[in-house]
Amino acid sequence: MLTNVSLMDAGILAALGYGVVFAGLVVLMIVIILVGKVFSAKKKKASAEAAAPVEVEEAPAAPLAPGSAGQLKLYDTPPKTAAMLMAIVADKLGKPLNELRFISIKEVK
Amino acid sequence: MNINIGEILLKLWNDSGFAAIASGFISDNGWQYAVMLIISFVLLYLAIVKKFEPLLLVGIAFGCLLSNLPKGGLYHQELWDAFMDPNSPLYHSYGEIMRNGGLLDIFYIGVKTSLYPCLIFMGVGAMTDFGPLISNPKSLLLGAAAQMGVFAAFFGANALGFNVNEAASIGIIGGADGPTAIFLTTKLAPHLLGAIAVAAYSYMALIPLIQPPFMRLLTTPEQRKIKMVQTRTVSKTEKIIFPIVVTVFVALLLPDTAALIGCLMLGNLLKETGVTDRLSDTVQNALMNIVTILLSTAVGATMVGSNFLTAETLKIIVLGVCAFALSTCGGLLGGQVMCLLTKGKINPLIGSAGVSAVPMAARVANVEGQKYNPSNFLLMHAMGPNVAGVIGSAIAAGFLLSVCQLLG
Repeated sequence: MLTNVSLMDAGILAALGYGVVFAGLVVLMIVIILVGKVFSAKKKKASAEAAAPVEVEEAPAAPLAPGSAGQLKLYDTPPKTAAMLMAIVADKLGKPLNELRFISIKEVK
Repeated sequence: MNINIGEILLKLWNDSGFAAIASGFISDNGWQYAVMLIISFVLLYLAIVKKFEPLLLVGIAFGCLLSNLPKGGLYHQELWDAFMDPNSPLYHSYGEIMRNGGLLDIFYIGVKTSLYPCLIFMGVGAMTDFGPLISNPKSLLLGAAAQMGVFAAFFGANALGFNVNEAASIGIIGGADGPTAIFLTTKLAPHLLGAIAVAAYSYMALIPLIQPPFMRLLTTPEQRKIKMVQTRTVSKTEKIIFPIVVTVFVALLLPDTAALIGCLMLGNLLKETGVTDRLSDTVQNALMNIVTILLSTAVGATMVGSNFLTAETLKIIVLGVCAFALSTCGGLLGGQVMCLLTKGKINPLIGSAGVSAVPMAARVANVEGQKYNPSNFLLMHAMGPNVAGVIGSAIAAGFLLSVCQLLG
Protein backbone atom coordinates (compact mmCIF):
# COMPACT_ATOMS: atom_id res chain seq x y z
CA MET A 1 0.00 0.00 0.00
CA LEU A 2 1.46 3.36 -1.02
CA THR A 3 1.65 5.94 1.71
CA ASN A 4 1.05 9.66 1.76
CA VAL A 5 2.89 11.48 4.50
CA SER A 6 1.93 14.80 6.02
CA LEU A 7 3.83 17.92 5.05
CA MET A 8 5.39 18.06 8.50
CA ASP A 9 6.62 14.47 8.19
CA ALA A 10 7.86 15.14 4.65
CA GLY A 11 9.83 18.13 5.95
CA ILE A 12 11.32 16.08 8.77
CA LEU A 13 12.26 13.27 6.35
CA ALA A 14 13.82 15.77 3.93
CA ALA A 15 15.90 17.40 6.68
CA LEU A 16 16.89 14.00 8.06
CA GLY A 17 17.90 12.76 4.61
CA TYR A 18 20.01 15.83 3.95
CA GLY A 19 21.63 15.34 7.34
CA VAL A 20 22.34 11.65 6.66
CA VAL A 21 24.00 12.51 3.32
CA PHE A 22 26.16 15.13 5.08
CA ALA A 23 27.02 12.81 7.95
CA GLY A 24 27.93 9.97 5.59
CA LEU A 25 30.16 12.13 3.44
CA VAL A 26 31.77 13.85 6.46
CA VAL A 27 32.75 10.47 7.90
CA LEU A 28 34.00 9.39 4.46
CA MET A 29 36.01 12.62 4.29
CA ILE A 30 37.61 11.85 7.64
CA VAL A 31 38.47 8.33 6.50
CA ILE A 32 40.06 9.66 3.28
CA ILE A 33 42.01 12.32 5.20
CA LEU A 34 43.34 9.67 7.62
CA VAL A 35 44.34 7.34 4.77
CA GLY A 36 45.99 10.31 3.05
CA LYS A 37 47.92 11.17 6.22
CA VAL A 38 49.17 7.59 6.53
CA PHE A 39 50.43 7.71 2.95
CA SER A 40 51.98 11.16 3.38
CA ALA A 41 53.82 9.96 6.49
CA LYS A 42 55.06 6.87 4.63
CA LYS A 43 56.15 9.02 1.71
CA LYS A 44 58.07 11.40 3.99
CA LYS A 45 59.77 8.48 5.71
CA ALA A 46 60.75 6.98 2.36
CA SER A 47 62.08 10.36 1.15
CA ALA A 48 64.13 10.75 4.34
CA GLU A 49 65.60 7.28 3.93
CA ALA A 50 66.41 7.98 0.28
CA ALA A 51 68.16 11.22 1.24
CA ALA A 52 70.26 9.63 4.02
CA PRO A 53 72.86 7.74 1.85
CA VAL A 54 73.79 11.01 0.14
CA GLU A 55 74.78 12.49 3.50
CA VAL A 56 76.83 9.39 4.35
CA GLU A 57 78.74 9.73 1.09
CA GLU A 58 79.46 13.39 1.74
CA ALA A 59 80.58 12.94 5.34
CA PRO A 60 83.91 11.09 4.80
CA ALA A 61 85.17 13.66 2.28
CA ALA A 62 88.55 14.84 3.64
CA PRO A 63 89.22 18.55 4.00
CA LEU A 64 91.48 20.04 1.42
CA ALA A 65 95.18 20.07 2.29
CA PRO A 66 96.55 23.56 2.90
CA GLY A 67 99.16 23.05 0.21
CA SER A 68 96.61 22.56 -2.51
CA ALA A 69 95.29 26.05 -2.21
CA GLY A 70 95.81 28.62 -4.94
CA GLN A 71 95.76 28.41 -8.69
CA LEU A 72 98.33 26.80 -10.92
CA LYS A 73 99.54 28.94 -13.80
CA LEU A 74 100.40 27.13 -16.98
CA TYR A 75 102.68 28.68 -19.66
CA ASP A 76 102.69 26.86 -23.00
CA THR A 77 101.81 23.60 -21.16
CA PRO A 78 98.71 21.58 -21.84
CA PRO A 79 96.73 20.59 -18.67
CA LYS A 80 97.24 16.90 -19.38
CA THR A 81 101.03 17.29 -19.42
CA ALA A 82 100.90 19.44 -16.27
CA ALA A 83 98.90 16.78 -14.42
CA MET A 84 101.44 14.15 -15.47
CA LEU A 85 104.36 16.30 -14.34
CA MET A 86 102.81 17.00 -10.93
CA ALA A 87 102.19 13.27 -10.42
CA ILE A 88 105.86 12.46 -11.30
CA VAL A 89 107.16 15.16 -8.91
CA ALA A 90 104.96 13.90 -6.06
CA ASP A 91 106.12 10.37 -6.71
CA LYS A 92 109.81 11.37 -6.76
CA LEU A 93 109.44 13.36 -3.52
CA GLY A 94 107.43 10.60 -1.84
CA LYS A 95 104.77 13.10 -0.76
CA PRO A 96 101.00 13.07 -1.37
CA LEU A 97 100.08 15.29 -4.29
CA ASN A 98 97.61 17.35 -2.23
CA GLU A 99 100.35 18.37 0.17
CA LEU A 100 102.39 19.98 -2.57
CA ARG A 101 101.78 23.43 -3.97
CA PHE A 102 102.57 24.10 -7.59
CA ILE A 103 102.76 27.78 -8.48
CA SER A 104 103.35 27.51 -12.21
CA ILE A 105 104.60 25.17 -14.89
CA LYS A 106 106.44 26.58 -17.86
CA GLU A 107 107.88 24.78 -20.83
CA VAL A 108 111.58 25.57 -21.19
CA LYS A 109 112.51 26.01 -24.82
CA MET B 1 -8.86 -23.60 -52.62
CA ASN B 2 -9.87 -20.18 -53.87
CA ILE B 3 -7.73 -17.19 -52.99
CA ASN B 4 -9.72 -14.09 -52.20
CA ILE B 5 -7.34 -11.16 -52.74
CA GLY B 6 -9.83 -8.67 -51.35
CA GLU B 7 -10.15 -10.65 -48.13
CA ILE B 8 -6.36 -10.80 -47.76
CA LEU B 9 -5.99 -7.08 -48.32
CA LEU B 10 -8.80 -6.36 -45.86
CA LYS B 11 -7.13 -8.54 -43.24
CA LEU B 12 -3.80 -6.80 -43.82
CA TRP B 13 -5.54 -3.46 -43.33
CA ASN B 14 -7.36 -4.60 -40.20
CA ASP B 15 -4.11 -5.96 -38.73
CA SER B 16 -2.23 -2.75 -39.44
CA GLY B 17 -1.51 -0.01 -36.95
CA PHE B 18 -3.13 2.51 -39.29
CA ALA B 19 -6.47 0.78 -38.83
CA ALA B 20 -5.96 0.66 -35.09
CA ILE B 21 -5.28 4.40 -34.97
CA ALA B 22 -8.19 5.17 -37.35
CA SER B 23 -10.75 2.99 -35.59
CA GLY B 24 -9.74 3.74 -32.04
CA PHE B 25 -8.70 7.36 -32.42
CA ILE B 26 -11.53 8.75 -30.36
CA SER B 27 -13.17 5.79 -28.66
CA ASP B 28 -10.11 3.88 -27.49
CA ASN B 29 -7.56 6.59 -26.66
CA GLY B 30 -6.01 6.12 -30.08
CA TRP B 31 -5.06 9.80 -29.99
CA GLN B 32 -2.57 8.99 -27.26
CA TYR B 33 -0.53 6.91 -29.71
CA ALA B 34 -0.43 9.82 -32.11
CA VAL B 35 0.64 12.28 -29.40
CA MET B 36 3.32 9.92 -28.12
CA LEU B 37 4.65 9.44 -31.64
CA ILE B 38 4.90 13.23 -31.98
CA ILE B 39 6.70 13.41 -28.61
CA SER B 40 9.15 10.76 -29.78
CA PHE B 41 9.84 12.79 -32.94
CA VAL B 42 10.44 15.91 -30.85
CA LEU B 43 12.85 13.99 -28.60
CA LEU B 44 14.67 12.63 -31.66
CA TYR B 45 14.95 16.18 -32.97
CA LEU B 46 16.36 17.42 -29.65
CA ALA B 47 18.85 14.57 -29.53
CA ILE B 48 20.03 14.66 -33.14
CA VAL B 49 19.79 18.33 -34.07
CA LYS B 50 20.19 20.04 -30.69
CA LYS B 51 22.52 17.32 -29.36
CA PHE B 52 20.75 16.99 -25.97
CA GLU B 53 22.45 13.94 -24.41
CA PRO B 54 22.20 12.16 -27.78
CA LEU B 55 23.74 8.90 -26.59
CA LEU B 56 20.76 8.36 -24.33
CA LEU B 57 18.00 10.46 -25.81
CA VAL B 58 18.13 8.81 -29.25
CA GLY B 59 17.50 5.42 -27.59
CA ILE B 60 14.81 6.79 -25.28
CA ALA B 61 13.01 8.51 -28.15
CA PHE B 62 13.21 5.44 -30.37
CA GLY B 63 12.02 3.18 -27.55
CA CYS B 64 9.07 5.54 -27.13
CA LEU B 65 8.43 5.39 -30.87
CA LEU B 66 8.49 1.58 -30.94
CA SER B 67 6.26 1.04 -27.92
CA ASN B 68 3.65 3.50 -29.22
CA LEU B 69 3.23 1.85 -32.59
CA PRO B 70 -0.21 0.22 -32.33
CA LYS B 71 -0.13 -3.57 -32.62
CA GLY B 72 3.65 -3.53 -32.62
CA GLY B 73 3.62 -5.91 -29.68
CA LEU B 74 7.09 -4.86 -28.58
CA TYR B 75 6.11 -3.65 -25.13
CA HIS B 76 3.13 -4.70 -23.02
CA GLN B 77 2.21 -2.32 -20.23
CA GLU B 78 -0.55 -4.69 -19.09
CA LEU B 79 2.01 -7.46 -18.45
CA TRP B 80 4.06 -5.15 -16.23
CA ASP B 81 0.93 -3.92 -14.44
CA ALA B 82 0.12 -7.56 -13.61
CA PHE B 83 3.78 -8.10 -12.67
CA MET B 84 3.51 -5.30 -10.12
CA ASP B 85 0.09 -6.22 -8.75
CA PRO B 86 0.40 -8.30 -5.55
CA ASN B 87 -3.13 -9.66 -6.13
CA SER B 88 -2.34 -10.93 -9.62
CA PRO B 89 -1.28 -14.57 -10.20
CA LEU B 90 1.45 -13.10 -12.42
CA TYR B 91 2.92 -11.03 -9.57
CA HIS B 92 6.71 -10.87 -10.04
CA SER B 93 6.52 -13.55 -12.75
CA TYR B 94 9.46 -13.06 -15.06
CA GLY B 95 8.42 -16.33 -16.69
CA GLU B 96 5.22 -14.70 -17.93
CA ILE B 97 7.20 -11.79 -19.33
CA MET B 98 9.57 -14.17 -21.13
CA ARG B 99 6.68 -16.23 -22.51
CA ASN B 100 4.38 -13.47 -23.69
CA GLY B 101 6.50 -10.33 -23.70
CA GLY B 102 7.84 -8.51 -26.72
CA LEU B 103 11.42 -7.52 -27.44
CA LEU B 104 11.24 -4.34 -25.37
CA ASP B 105 9.68 -6.26 -22.47
CA ILE B 106 12.74 -8.49 -22.49
CA PHE B 107 14.99 -5.40 -22.61
CA TYR B 108 13.04 -3.93 -19.70
CA ILE B 109 13.82 -6.89 -17.46
CA GLY B 110 17.35 -5.47 -17.21
CA VAL B 111 15.93 -2.18 -15.93
CA LYS B 112 13.51 -3.91 -13.57
CA THR B 113 16.28 -5.99 -12.02
CA SER B 114 18.52 -2.86 -11.75
CA LEU B 115 21.08 -4.62 -13.93
CA TYR B 116 21.52 -1.80 -16.45
CA PRO B 117 21.88 1.13 -14.01
CA CYS B 118 24.47 -0.84 -12.06
CA LEU B 119 26.44 -1.74 -15.21
CA ILE B 120 26.29 1.89 -16.34
CA PHE B 121 27.66 2.87 -12.94
CA MET B 122 30.49 0.38 -13.45
CA GLY B 123 31.35 2.13 -16.70
CA VAL B 124 31.14 5.55 -15.03
CA GLY B 125 33.50 4.29 -12.32
CA ALA B 126 35.98 3.03 -14.92
CA MET B 127 35.93 6.43 -16.63
CA THR B 128 36.26 8.49 -13.44
CA ASP B 129 39.46 9.74 -11.88
CA PHE B 130 38.88 10.14 -8.16
CA GLY B 131 42.33 11.76 -7.78
CA PRO B 132 40.99 15.32 -7.34
CA LEU B 133 38.61 14.09 -4.62
CA ILE B 134 41.33 12.10 -2.82
CA SER B 135 43.73 15.05 -2.92
CA ASN B 136 41.06 17.39 -1.56
CA PRO B 137 38.61 15.32 0.53
CA LYS B 138 36.78 18.47 1.64
CA SER B 139 35.17 18.35 -1.81
CA LEU B 140 32.86 15.72 -0.34
CA LEU B 141 31.13 18.46 1.65
CA LEU B 142 30.23 20.23 -1.58
CA GLY B 143 28.93 16.95 -2.99
CA ALA B 144 26.71 16.67 0.09
CA ALA B 145 25.56 20.30 -0.01
CA ALA B 146 24.49 19.89 -3.63
CA GLN B 147 21.94 17.21 -2.70
CA MET B 148 19.68 19.94 -1.35
CA GLY B 149 17.47 19.82 -4.45
CA VAL B 150 16.82 16.10 -3.94
CA PHE B 151 15.21 16.65 -0.57
CA ALA B 152 13.56 19.95 -1.48
CA ALA B 153 11.89 18.28 -4.48
CA PHE B 154 10.94 15.31 -2.28
CA PHE B 155 9.17 17.77 0.03
CA GLY B 156 7.62 19.64 -2.91
CA ALA B 157 6.34 16.45 -4.51
CA ASN B 158 4.69 15.45 -1.24
CA ALA B 159 3.07 18.89 -1.09
CA LEU B 160 1.73 18.39 -4.63
CA GLY B 161 0.01 15.17 -3.65
CA PHE B 162 2.42 12.48 -4.78
CA ASN B 163 2.78 9.54 -2.43
CA VAL B 164 6.06 9.02 -0.60
CA ASN B 165 7.47 6.53 -3.16
CA GLU B 166 6.69 8.82 -6.07
CA ALA B 167 8.04 11.85 -4.21
CA ALA B 168 11.32 10.05 -3.53
CA SER B 169 11.65 9.08 -7.21
CA ILE B 170 10.95 12.66 -8.31
CA GLY B 171 13.33 14.08 -5.73
CA ILE B 172 16.26 12.03 -6.97
CA ILE B 173 16.13 13.93 -10.28
CA GLY B 174 17.94 16.64 -8.27
CA GLY B 175 20.87 14.27 -7.92
CA ALA B 176 21.53 14.85 -11.64
CA ASP B 177 22.51 11.24 -11.97
CA GLY B 178 20.59 9.22 -14.57
CA PRO B 179 21.44 5.67 -13.46
CA THR B 180 20.63 6.51 -9.82
CA ALA B 181 17.31 8.06 -10.83
CA ILE B 182 16.40 4.99 -12.90
CA PHE B 183 17.58 2.63 -10.15
CA LEU B 184 15.40 4.30 -7.51
CA THR B 185 12.36 4.92 -9.70
CA THR B 186 12.28 1.32 -10.92
CA LYS B 187 12.13 0.18 -7.33
CA LEU B 188 9.69 2.77 -5.98
CA ALA B 189 7.51 4.18 -8.76
CA PRO B 190 8.02 2.27 -12.02
CA HIS B 191 4.95 3.88 -13.61
CA LEU B 192 6.80 7.22 -13.52
CA LEU B 193 10.02 5.86 -15.02
CA GLY B 194 9.58 7.32 -18.50
CA ALA B 195 8.77 10.84 -17.30
CA ILE B 196 11.53 10.85 -14.66
CA ALA B 197 14.18 9.49 -17.03
CA VAL B 198 13.31 12.00 -19.74
CA ALA B 199 13.27 14.86 -17.21
CA ALA B 200 16.58 13.78 -15.63
CA TYR B 201 18.47 13.36 -18.90
CA SER B 202 16.97 16.46 -20.51
CA TYR B 203 17.93 18.65 -17.57
CA MET B 204 21.42 17.14 -17.49
CA ALA B 205 21.79 18.21 -21.10
CA LEU B 206 20.55 21.67 -20.13
CA ILE B 207 23.03 22.14 -17.28
CA PRO B 208 25.02 24.80 -19.22
CA LEU B 209 21.78 26.80 -19.42
CA ILE B 210 20.31 26.03 -15.97
CA GLN B 211 23.35 26.58 -13.75
CA PRO B 212 25.06 29.85 -14.84
CA PRO B 213 22.25 32.23 -13.76
CA PHE B 214 22.35 30.76 -10.24
CA MET B 215 26.16 30.86 -10.25
CA ARG B 216 26.05 34.58 -10.98
CA LEU B 217 23.27 35.16 -8.47
CA LEU B 218 25.02 33.48 -5.56
CA THR B 219 28.64 34.58 -6.10
CA THR B 220 30.37 37.94 -6.51
CA PRO B 221 32.60 38.74 -9.52
CA GLU B 222 35.59 38.87 -7.15
CA GLN B 223 34.83 35.39 -5.83
CA ARG B 224 34.56 34.02 -9.36
CA LYS B 225 38.12 35.21 -10.01
CA ILE B 226 39.61 33.26 -7.10
CA LYS B 227 42.46 31.03 -8.21
CA MET B 228 42.80 27.82 -6.27
CA VAL B 229 46.17 26.32 -5.36
CA GLN B 230 47.37 23.10 -6.90
CA THR B 231 46.33 20.07 -4.88
CA ARG B 232 48.79 17.39 -3.81
CA THR B 233 49.77 14.47 -6.01
CA VAL B 234 47.88 11.26 -5.23
CA SER B 235 49.85 8.01 -5.26
CA LYS B 236 48.72 4.98 -7.23
CA THR B 237 48.30 2.98 -4.02
CA GLU B 238 45.89 5.58 -2.64
CA LYS B 239 43.86 5.42 -5.84
CA ILE B 240 43.66 1.63 -5.52
CA ILE B 241 42.69 1.70 -1.84
CA PHE B 242 40.05 4.45 -2.33
CA PRO B 243 37.36 2.37 -4.11
CA ILE B 244 37.77 -0.45 -1.60
CA VAL B 245 37.44 1.89 1.39
CA VAL B 246 34.43 3.72 -0.09
CA THR B 247 32.64 0.46 -0.95
CA VAL B 248 33.11 -0.99 2.51
CA PHE B 249 32.15 2.25 4.25
CA VAL B 250 29.12 3.26 2.17
CA ALA B 251 27.75 -0.28 1.83
CA LEU B 252 27.95 -0.70 5.60
CA LEU B 253 26.32 2.69 6.17
CA LEU B 254 23.48 2.21 3.66
CA PRO B 255 23.27 -1.39 2.44
CA ASP B 256 20.59 -0.39 -0.10
CA THR B 257 23.24 1.49 -2.08
CA ALA B 258 25.65 -1.45 -2.13
CA ALA B 259 24.72 -2.38 -5.71
CA LEU B 260 25.26 1.11 -7.11
CA ILE B 261 28.34 2.05 -5.10
CA GLY B 262 29.78 -1.45 -5.46
CA CYS B 263 29.56 -1.31 -9.25
CA LEU B 264 30.86 2.27 -9.40
CA MET B 265 33.87 1.38 -7.30
CA LEU B 266 34.49 -1.95 -9.03
CA GLY B 267 34.72 -0.08 -12.33
CA ASN B 268 37.12 2.40 -10.75
CA LEU B 269 39.22 -0.38 -9.22
CA LEU B 270 39.51 -2.08 -12.63
CA LYS B 271 40.86 1.21 -13.98
CA GLU B 272 43.29 1.92 -11.17
CA THR B 273 44.82 -1.50 -10.49
CA GLY B 274 46.84 -1.42 -13.69
CA VAL B 275 46.57 -5.21 -13.98
CA THR B 276 43.04 -5.32 -15.47
CA ASP B 277 43.43 -2.95 -18.39
CA ARG B 278 41.48 -5.23 -20.73
CA LEU B 279 38.52 -5.37 -18.38
CA SER B 280 38.65 -1.64 -17.74
CA ASP B 281 38.67 -1.01 -21.48
CA THR B 282 35.68 -3.32 -22.01
CA VAL B 283 33.67 -1.73 -19.18
CA GLN B 284 34.43 1.81 -20.39
CA ASN B 285 33.63 1.15 -24.03
CA ALA B 286 31.94 -2.02 -25.28
CA LEU B 287 29.90 -2.86 -22.18
CA MET B 288 28.94 0.76 -21.53
CA ASN B 289 27.76 1.21 -25.10
CA ILE B 290 25.76 -2.02 -25.18
CA VAL B 291 24.06 -1.30 -21.87
CA THR B 292 23.36 2.30 -22.90
CA ILE B 293 21.47 1.03 -25.96
CA LEU B 294 19.45 -1.49 -23.94
CA LEU B 295 18.77 0.90 -21.06
CA SER B 296 17.73 3.87 -23.14
CA THR B 297 15.48 1.84 -25.42
CA ALA B 298 13.85 0.03 -22.51
CA VAL B 299 13.27 3.28 -20.59
CA GLY B 300 11.80 4.90 -23.71
CA ALA B 301 9.48 1.93 -24.10
CA THR B 302 7.84 2.72 -20.76
CA MET B 303 6.60 6.03 -22.20
CA VAL B 304 3.21 4.72 -23.21
CA GLY B 305 0.43 7.25 -23.59
CA SER B 306 -1.69 6.06 -20.68
CA ASN B 307 1.24 6.53 -18.29
CA PHE B 308 2.92 9.54 -19.83
CA LEU B 309 0.10 11.84 -20.93
CA THR B 310 -1.00 12.81 -17.46
CA ALA B 311 -0.90 15.92 -15.28
CA GLU B 312 1.70 14.10 -13.16
CA THR B 313 4.21 14.27 -16.03
CA LEU B 314 3.93 18.04 -16.14
CA LYS B 315 4.37 18.23 -12.38
CA ILE B 316 7.44 15.98 -12.62
CA ILE B 317 8.97 18.20 -15.29
CA VAL B 318 8.45 21.32 -13.14
CA LEU B 319 9.65 19.62 -9.95
CA GLY B 320 12.66 18.24 -11.84
CA VAL B 321 13.90 21.64 -12.94
CA CYS B 322 13.33 23.00 -9.42
CA ALA B 323 15.34 20.07 -8.02
CA PHE B 324 18.23 20.81 -10.41
CA ALA B 325 18.19 24.52 -9.60
CA LEU B 326 18.05 23.97 -5.84
CA SER B 327 20.85 21.40 -5.95
CA THR B 328 22.97 23.96 -7.81
CA CYS B 329 22.12 26.58 -5.17
CA GLY B 330 22.94 24.12 -2.36
CA GLY B 331 26.36 23.44 -3.88
CA LEU B 332 27.04 27.14 -4.38
CA LEU B 333 26.04 27.96 -0.80
CA GLY B 334 28.31 25.15 0.38
CA GLY B 335 31.07 26.73 -1.73
CA GLN B 336 30.39 30.10 -0.10
CA VAL B 337 30.72 28.60 3.38
CA MET B 338 34.01 26.93 2.42
CA CYS B 339 35.24 30.14 0.82
CA LEU B 340 34.49 31.97 4.06
CA LEU B 341 36.11 29.34 6.27
CA THR B 342 39.28 29.16 4.16
CA LYS B 343 39.48 32.98 3.91
CA GLY B 344 38.99 33.07 0.17
CA LYS B 345 41.07 30.07 -0.89
CA ILE B 346 38.10 28.15 -2.34
CA ASN B 347 36.31 29.47 -5.40
CA PRO B 348 32.58 28.99 -4.58
CA LEU B 349 31.82 28.25 -8.23
CA ILE B 350 33.14 24.70 -7.80
CA GLY B 351 30.23 24.03 -5.42
CA SER B 352 27.84 23.97 -8.37
CA ALA B 353 29.71 20.93 -9.72
CA GLY B 354 28.53 18.96 -6.69
CA VAL B 355 25.31 18.13 -8.52
CA SER B 356 26.98 15.11 -10.14
CA ALA B 357 26.35 15.12 -13.94
CA VAL B 358 30.01 14.17 -14.54
CA PRO B 359 31.83 15.96 -16.15
CA MET B 360 29.36 18.51 -17.56
CA ALA B 361 28.84 20.37 -14.25
CA ALA B 362 32.62 20.65 -13.66
CA ARG B 363 33.07 22.01 -17.18
CA VAL B 364 30.38 24.63 -16.58
CA ALA B 365 32.14 25.76 -13.36
CA ASN B 366 35.43 26.01 -15.29
CA VAL B 367 33.88 27.98 -18.15
CA GLU B 368 32.12 30.37 -15.77
CA GLY B 369 35.34 30.95 -13.81
CA GLN B 370 37.31 31.66 -16.99
CA LYS B 371 34.81 34.31 -18.05
CA TYR B 372 36.00 36.43 -15.12
CA ASN B 373 39.62 35.32 -15.05
CA PRO B 374 40.82 33.72 -18.30
CA SER B 375 43.93 32.32 -16.61
CA ASN B 376 41.84 30.49 -14.00
CA PHE B 377 41.56 26.72 -14.50
CA LEU B 378 38.96 25.36 -12.11
CA LEU B 379 38.28 22.09 -13.94
CA MET B 380 40.39 19.77 -11.78
CA HIS B 381 39.24 21.53 -8.59
CA ALA B 382 35.60 21.17 -9.71
CA MET B 383 36.06 17.48 -10.51
CA GLY B 384 36.38 16.78 -6.76
CA PRO B 385 32.86 17.96 -5.87
CA ASN B 386 31.60 16.54 -9.17
CA VAL B 387 32.56 12.94 -8.36
CA ALA B 388 31.61 13.54 -4.71
CA GLY B 389 28.13 14.33 -6.04
CA VAL B 390 27.92 10.83 -7.56
CA ILE B 391 28.61 9.28 -4.16
CA GLY B 392 26.28 11.80 -2.48
CA SER B 393 23.37 11.07 -4.79
CA ALA B 394 23.86 7.33 -4.28
CA ILE B 395 23.72 7.85 -0.51
CA ALA B 396 20.61 10.03 -0.92
CA ALA B 397 19.01 7.27 -3.03
CA GLY B 398 19.90 4.70 -0.38
CA PHE B 399 18.30 6.83 2.32
CA LEU B 400 15.10 7.38 0.31
CA LEU B 401 14.86 3.69 -0.57
CA SER B 402 15.31 2.70 3.02
CA VAL B 403 12.69 5.21 4.26
CA CYS B 404 10.17 4.20 1.59
CA GLN B 405 10.59 0.52 2.40
CA LEU B 406 9.88 1.37 6.02
CA LEU B 407 6.82 3.50 5.24
CA GLY B 408 5.52 1.40 2.36
